Amino acid sequence: MTRFYTQLAPRTRPAGEVDRPALVLDRVRLTFPDGDARAVALDDVTVRVGQAEFVAVTGPSGSGKSSLLAVAGALIAPESGRVVVAGEDLAGLDAAGRDRLRLASIGFVFQQPNLLPSLTVLDQLMLVAHVRRSAAAPARERALRLLDRVGLAGMQARRPAALSGGERQRVSVARALMGDPALLLVDEPTSALDHDRGAAVVQLLREITDERSLATVMVTHDLQHLGRVDRTVTMADGRLHDQARTVDDRR
Amino acid sequence: MFIAWRDLAFAKGRFGLLGGVIALMTFMVVMLSGLTAGLGAASVSAVSSLPVDAIAFSQPADGQDVSFTDSSLSARAADRLGGRTGVHAAYPFGLRPTQVEGPGATVAVTLLGGDPALYPARTAGATPAPGQVAITAEVADAAGLHVGELATVGGSRLRVAAVVDDASFSHLPMVYTDLATWQRLAHSERVTAVGLRLSGTSPGALDTDTVHVLSKKDAFAAVGSYTSEQGSLNLMRGLLIVVSVLVVGSFFTVWTMQRAGDLAVVRAIGASRGYLLADALGQAAVVLLAGSALGAGAAVAAGLVAAQVVPFHLAAPTLLVPLAAMAGTGLVGAAVSVRRIGSVDPLTALGAAR
Repeated sequence: MTRFYTQLAPRTRPAGEVDRPALVLDRVRLTFPDGDARAVALDDVTVRVGQAEFVAVTGPSGSGKSSLLAVAGALIAPESGRVVVAGEDLAGLDAAGRDRLRLASIGFVFQQPNLLPSLTVLDQLMLVAHVRRSAAAPARERALRLLDRVGLAGMQARRPAALSGGERQRVSVARALMGDPALLLVDEPTSALDHDRGAAVVQLLREITDERSLATVMVTHDLQHLGRVDRTVTMADGRLHDQARTVDDRR
Repeated sequence: MFIAWRDLAFAKGRFGLLGGVIALMTFMVVMLSGLTAGLGAASVSAVSSLPVDAIAFSQPADGQDVSFTDSSLSARAADRLGGRTGVHAAYPFGLRPTQVEGPGATVAVTLLGGDPALYPARTAGATPAPGQVAITAEVADAAGLHVGELATVGGSRLRVAAVVDDASFSHLPMVYTDLATWQRLAHSERVTAVGLRLSGTSPGALDTDTVHVLSKKDAFAAVGSYTSEQGSLNLMRGLLIVVSVLVVGSFFTVWTMQRAGDLAVVRAIGASRGYLLADALGQAAVVLLAGSALGAGAAVAAGLVAAQVVPFHLAAPTLLVPLAAMAGTGLVGAAVSVRRIGSVDPLTALGAAR
């Protein structure tokens, strides 16, 4: 299995962040239109994810895993309940405010890497810096360090078409970290990868979660990766069924 | 324009094709503009160069439009106009097509008979005395005539006293003489129209039952075929601009739809709608401006060649107005197309398998 040993400097925590949960979902309910009725995607879901905690969300298709990510990622506002990300309550935020929150505090790793085909590997990361209006030179330095960290040193000039599936997913991880988020949301990162590459990506997420004191929430169908997470929550029919703490030697 | 520049470099073929189409459209619009201006000048430059504010015609018959061809005023009517309040000066003149025969060739011309104040600036010779003519440089070249030589004008031998700046009427180059000589050649004691210098009055205020006064610019419409000719050419220009807007709009509609997934990802990262719209519109502006500039440049080069054989007039307004119209309307088309970026939902980035 591939291991990555380059360490990044720990994430800079704003004053007051220490010991504060990075994500709180409190009695969250989310429904979608379904013909004349409304389908329940999340029903009374309560979950907390602390800093440096790696939580897996499992469950059958349609159980509400992606909806949970969408709500936690400020992509959609719940019908009721409270969502707090990095200390900020989403209830007080309009669409622009949610954009700002995603930019400042949330990183996404999608099921498919979703890299922009016209951008080089380095530019995929620099795009985040550009959207954040960060200074170019330090951002470039940080982007190169992140690429080195995810095992892509020397590949910054390549475009997505010239990368393997695993490499693309690692670019996606580096891009998610570019904004120095408090919360990392990961949607089935191994579904398009073979076993070894998938395991390497999950191991990378484990290491980064620890190094960066991130709160990482990973939706996965792949139960073999659950040994690397701190806690597993299972969903069915939009409800959280159980929360199991991993007790094995995951690290 | 972080994404825009990289897309432009990445999809060179697609944007090159669009830029080429815009360049071609701009080329055609600028060429048509030059031709429109050139044909317009060939029709009315003799009128536009008259140093008057308005032109008085005889009232047209019912259902007819005012025209230089049909207008005919008596000498007395012309005198009366000169005495009207607000008329600073009145210059009765006659206009008729005729031929000038010189040693080189016989040339079809329009003969204007009137006060020398109505003639264009002299480039050679002296102010014609009664019974003499001033010819434009074009007539001098075509007929092989020089100052001091005799030309046969409408069957009469008249001495060329001066060569003046080019002007033409209804696509025929001009020859100028005094009104009495014109009336003798036209076998008439009447005049075609009266040029008026006004002070403190409007042309319409001078209308009577028998006289209809138009501003000099409005009088262009009294030149046979000018309005329909300009209308046809302007319609073609307008249609080209409409086609261009549709092409640009269609391209950016497809382009935006193709990359909706990418845009959703960028939105999920935290980019605002404004960020993406500015990026997309900037990209459209670059393609439009580059394509338009290329097309306009090619049209200028082709126009310089075309001007040797066809009436083609290229000036800053002729060039810049269609250029701005192409770029401006194209940008509107692009804006309408990329506005759907505003509705890209970042939620679709989750689970998007691309």
